Amino acid sequence: MNIVVCVKYVPDAQSDRTFNDSDKTTDRESVDGLLSELDEYAVEEALKLVEAGEGEVTVVTVGPDQAADAVKKALQMGADKAVHISDEAIHGSDAPATSLVLAEAIKKIGSPDLVLCGLASTDGTMSVVPAMLAERLGLPQVTQASELSVEGDAVKIRRDGDVASETIEASLPCLVSVTDQINEPRYPSFKGIMAAKKKPVETWTLADLGVDAGQVGLDNSWTKVLEFTKRPPREQGEIVKDEGDGGSKLAEFLASRKFI
Amino acid sequence: MRLTDDHRDFRASVRNFVDTEVNPHVDEWEREGIFPAHELFPKAAEVGLLGIEYDPEYGGEGADHSFQMIAAEELGRCDAAGVSMAIGVQSMMATPSLARLGTHEQKQQFLAPAIAGTSVAAIGVTEPDTGSDVSRLRTRARRDGDDWVIKGRKLYITNGKQADWVCLLARTSDEGGYKGMSQIIVPTDTPGFSVARTLDKMGNRCSDTAELVLDEVRVPVANTIGEAGRGFQQQMHQFVIERMFAAYSAVGACDKALARTRQFVQEREVFGTPLATKQHVAFRLAELQSEVDLLRSHNLVVCETQLAGEDITRLASVAKLKAGRLIREVADACLQFHGGMGYIEETWTARFMRDVRLSSIGGGADEVMLQVLARLDGLPA
Ligand SMILES: Cc1cc2nc3c(=O)[nH]c(=O)nc-3n(C[C@H](O)[C@H](O)[C@H](O)COP(=O)(O)OP(=O)(O)OC[C@H]3O[C@@H](n4cnc5c(N)ncnc54)[C@H](O)[C@@H]3O)c2cc1C
Repeated sequence: MNIVVCVKYVPDAQSDRTFNDSDKTTDRESVDGLLSELDEYAVEEALKLVEAGEGEVTVVTVGPDQAADAVKKALQMGADKAVHISDEAIHGSDAPATSLVLAEAIKKIGSPDLVLCGLASTDGTMSVVPAMLAERLGLPQVTQASELSVEGDAVKIRRDGDVASETIEASLPCLVSVTDQINEPRYPSFKGIMAAKKKPVETWTLADLGVDAGQVGLDNSWTKVLEFTKRPPREQGEIVKDEGDGGSKLAEFLASRKFI
Repeated sequence: MRLTDDHRDFRASVRNFVDTEVNPHVDEWEREGIFPAHELFPKAAEVGLLGIEYDPEYGGEGADHSFQMIAAEELGRCDAAGVSMAIGVQSMMATPSLARLGTHEQKQQFLAPAIAGTSVAAIGVTEPDTGSDVSRLRTRARRDGDDWVIKGRKLYITNGKQADWVCLLARTSDEGGYKGMSQIIVPTDTPGFSVARTLDKMGNRCSDTAELVLDEVRVPVANTIGEAGRGFQQQMHQFVIERMFAAYSAVGACDKALARTRQFVQEREVFGTPLATKQHVAFRLAELQSEVDLLRSHNLVVCETQLAGEDITRLASVAKLKAGRLIREVADACLQFHGGMGYIEETWTARFMRDVRLSSIGGGADEVMLQVLARLDGLPA
């Protein structure tokens, strides 16, 4: 089974992330980036499927030069090869534009049996690229899988909701996005780190994909960030002084916030 | 020596392992007085931690020594030193002689599972009557046909309760002194082998340190590592590698402790300003960090010299001596600046203080390092 995993290079969530003042896009320069943690689950799941049977795992990323780090990490984990789409014109693309580039890249890679995505990127957190991508590729989409198995020509997933868990089946080829409940991603081993250096990474531009620059980028995106403000600092908590009636005051406070 | 992207990536993997597989569990393991080696070691093996420099034929990574240094540094960041010590024993104390001098059969039988983490190894040198002075070792292996029959006791043996095999140093002749010892692999399920007790310790509490009894334990002579009669020399070589582990891991441990303390002194206020604004506090932390930096630089020289295949006895002994002393100073200062909170078991400083005390005793006491160095300097110590 051949699997394509879409991965994203995101600013490290541990650092002080912000936007660029000039065009209000995500600042990818001043903070270190890495493979989005949520995508590691998709990579892990792909590796497990291929290890249990046969086939190849190809990771694909759309992003600036540094995004090569994200594919490198996936290759170190065990993916077989990678495609990195990098083009100045892509800068500032929103989800519809990104999904267009990804779709064309996946078509060029071949016809995978399965396309895997993470739940959401840890920077944009929109969670819409998988659905858009499935639409563009004409594939069935089953999203938010916390369990996945492939039997014959079908994939079966479990999707956990607030009140119920659904078991959903779709025919292959299809697209699945996975949650952080699905597995424990491995860490690259020493051997993995060394092996990754010999794995093929192709870098493609928009021209390689036949995508017109007029369809992507900040100016051609359907959505734009107009403004951003820093989240206000957390307010000082309310201190309830106990003058014999601390218990009831506490209960009042909790009731007023509808906690009880 | 310059570290590369490969070192950086491997460091990230080891750190991830320590942060996810070790640190969330150490409080529980400390309470229980033991960590589950047979569960943890296979996970350590997945990252490649248990056979970094060993031959890929036996599952090793075939990496050079610099990656061992990185791994040890990162293991120093375990929130309980008992775990890093146990992994250190498996990878840099109980197995180096076997990897260097063992036969193909020995390596298949004992090294490969140790690298895979499916078997746990221990190093058995210290005895009730002697630790620093290995020449007074008493455990005796008598030859009977193709077997050794071993009688003796080993004390303070790390991984002692969980070990599947022990790299044992025993006398195989009556020559006495440093002569006539051999390194013998003793599987712990051999009749006559028993764990007398696990020891309740001041620190490294999650590590199972045990007293081992060997009562007419019969193992094949084929389990002798290297050359019979050269056990002392072989063990000295293994001890030098152990010193490197101590020095490398101390850097990681000190870095983390000082970073945590720097963070704390910026938050904690005394007399109206953060502690960090007190020159005494800031200077003390800066001074200790600079000493850690010096140790790190020295370690790089140790590593380079080891990579070049040159004798590292002096460099590794200097590193071990300095590491033992420095980490104790760091622990003391970190605890001091945390005040009463630092003395409370909930705060990391309390365990750290207890754990690091071992650094100047285990793996050759400070005085033993000084004796080695004094002798190298031509003094009759
Ligand atoms: C938690 C723990 C784990 C251990 N793990 C292992 C293990 O896995 N395998 C193993 O074989 N051993 C292990 N040991 C034993 C350790 O290596 C010894 O404790 C150490 O070598 C010191 O030996 P000793 O305890 O017999 O002290 P002694 O040799 O009796 O020395 C006592 C003290 O005398 C001083 N001293 C020693 N020599 C000199 C000298 N030449 N000049 C001046 N002063 C000197 C030092 O201050 C030393 O601390 C462990 C010990 C502990 C506490």
